[in-house]
Amino acid sequence: MIQKAFHGGKLYWLLLGALAAVAAAGVWFYLRQLELGLSVTGMVRDVSWGLYIAQFTFFVGVAASAVTVVLPYYLHDHRAFGKITIMGEFLAVSSVVMCMLFIFVDLGQPFRVLHVFLYPSPTSPMFWDTVVLFGYLVLNLVIAWTVLGAEYRGTPPPGWVRPLIYLSIPWAVSIHTITAFLYAGLPGRHLWLSAITAARFLASAFSSGPSLLILLCMAVRRFTTFDPGKEAIRSMGKIVAYAFSAHVFFILLEIFTSFYSGVGSHRESFVYLFRGLEGHAALAPALWASAILALAALVLIVVPKTRNSLRVLPLTVAMVFVSIWLEKGLGFVVGGFIPSPLGAVTEYRPTAPEIFITAGVWALGFMLLAAFFKVFITVRREA
Amino acid sequence: MKTTRRELLKRGAKTGLLLLGGTALYEVVSGSELLTGGAPLRHAMAVDLRRCLQEEGCDRCAAACHGAHNVPRIADELRAVKWIWKDEMGRIFPETVGRIANAELREKKTVVLCNHCTNAPCVRVCPTGATFSREDGIVMMDQHRCIGCRYCMAACPYGSRSFNWYDPRRFLSEDAINPDYPTRTRGVVEKCDFCAERLDTGGRPLCVEACRAGALIHGNLNDPGSDLRRALQGRFALRRRAELDTDPGIYYLL
Repeated sequence: MIQKAFHGGKLYWLLLGALAAVAAAGVWFYLRQLELGLSVTGMVRDVSWGLYIAQFTFFVGVAASAVTVVLPYYLHDHRAFGKITIMGEFLAVSSVVMCMLFIFVDLGQPFRVLHVFLYPSPTSPMFWDTVVLFGYLVLNLVIAWTVLGAEYRGTPPPGWVRPLIYLSIPWAVSIHTITAFLYAGLPGRHLWLSAITAARFLASAFSSGPSLLILLCMAVRRFTTFDPGKEAIRSMGKIVAYAFSAHVFFILLEIFTSFYSGVGSHRESFVYLFRGLEGHAALAPALWASAILALAALVLIVVPKTRNSLRVLPLTVAMVFVSIWLEKGLGFVVGGFIPSPLGAVTEYRPTAPEIFITAGVWALGFMLLAAFFKVFITVRREA
Repeated sequence: MKTTRRELLKRGAKTGLLLLGGTALYEVVSGSELLTGGAPLRHAMAVDLRRCLQEEGCDRCAAACHGAHNVPRIADELRAVKWIWKDEMGRIFPETVGRIANAELREKKTVVLCNHCTNAPCVRVCPTGATFSREDGIVMMDQHRCIGCRYCMAACPYGSRSFNWYDPRRFLSEDAINPDYPTRTRGVVEKCDFCAERLDTGGRPLCVEACRAGALIHGNLNDPGSDLRRALQGRFALRRRAELDTDPGIYYLL
């Protein structure tokens, strides 16, 4: 079945070639980072995690969102999703691979990465996150490949895959919950130290993930012979509407508690993100853009007329995706570090090598995704 | 009538207020009220603020520590490696000193270092056990096991940890290297180890030895007869962000 990934038209090879070029640039900059250390990034003492960990956090959400198509199909028999569950699972696999790469490029001593398994530390959420991410990767790869393989051979999927599918549903929730626990259990980082962090992560995951999947479905519809179906796309739009409303609601809850309580330290990170502290406001434009996109997208996704229009929907979900990327893939992680424990306001600006490495990981993830989708679409066409 | 903890803290706050000439202070610990227990030996330290604050511009403790521990001298302050250094009182104690009107006191500097917390968040989060707590209260680092994920830096509520963004050996001159202490490599986290290698052979931390003002007092917190306990007796002390219940081992004597 894998050979299907190696037969494609001009467009397919053009896409892979372009992505490979970006990935190669990323690899080249990564080699420089290996040589010179993480000093080539914009990270500093006070802001010791940056773009890499923020992207990791964001893509764990995209990975978890496969559940938004798997659950309705397998638990509620929502037939429209039958055509796209495998796409959702392949998106999850590619996202988890990206997550792992983002962690890897962030490590100061990448060649020691296996220490995580050599010296397992059950008190560390990072240890558990590694475990659940690996598990999730294997689950989705096995499920998607097996179900698609059965289709390829024209047989029904084997019985043993069903329990794995059911297991993958709570497992998806677990990966993003534990990723939230990375942050939510740290004393003294008030932006993160919140019981609602995991809920927030899930809400933003279930909006950004299906949003990306809608965009991918639209692209597949346009450029390939496979049509995921209007009903499936509209159903996902409905899921985004609910999840994104919850996402915006949860952020407002955080803002209420931080500001109404009057506790200064709970407020400071928010103030930094939206207005700046001591004249430093590098992230404020991004956070305001995120807020404005969120409000506009909320209207477009909630009103049935615009949500169901297949012309407006791609624009809306692109806005959702960008809004969450700015809020979670940038503001949440970096904002948690500002101000520092000693009250210093140190800004973070990613450097060119850091941005290229990040783009390289994206490119590798999307190359993998393109190959998976190619296999899927070819098998569907021939079946 | 039995004195409750709350009343004692209130009284302590009033005393602190008198001493520092500012508004209310809280999270005050007095020597007779120490909650000790557990291991027979708990290394801890007191910083006598009355003595330390007078020595403006003095950095003998940091110089001695950084010299002996081969801490790289990195000019890039944002990516510097620091084990012990001086910072402003108002920033060290934002909830107390940071709120008082007396700007002179707020801007006075004293030492900060790893607090060697009993409930150390850095130890809890480390995914490889590279940072760990010893029975005697010292929080240690194994730089050979550290993978450089910097989770401990996110977890430390004191900003006491440094990452080697650069190759540290580039910032050490050959003749200044202390051959009795290892140098580190890039990509690992490091911090004050309380001079565990000296304490284990009956010595005192280098910063304590280097301090001419006698402002740094090291000792066994769980031994009522130790120098440290004597210093804490009858005086009030602050600990950094005590509300987080990390149980820091560094006491700042008012």
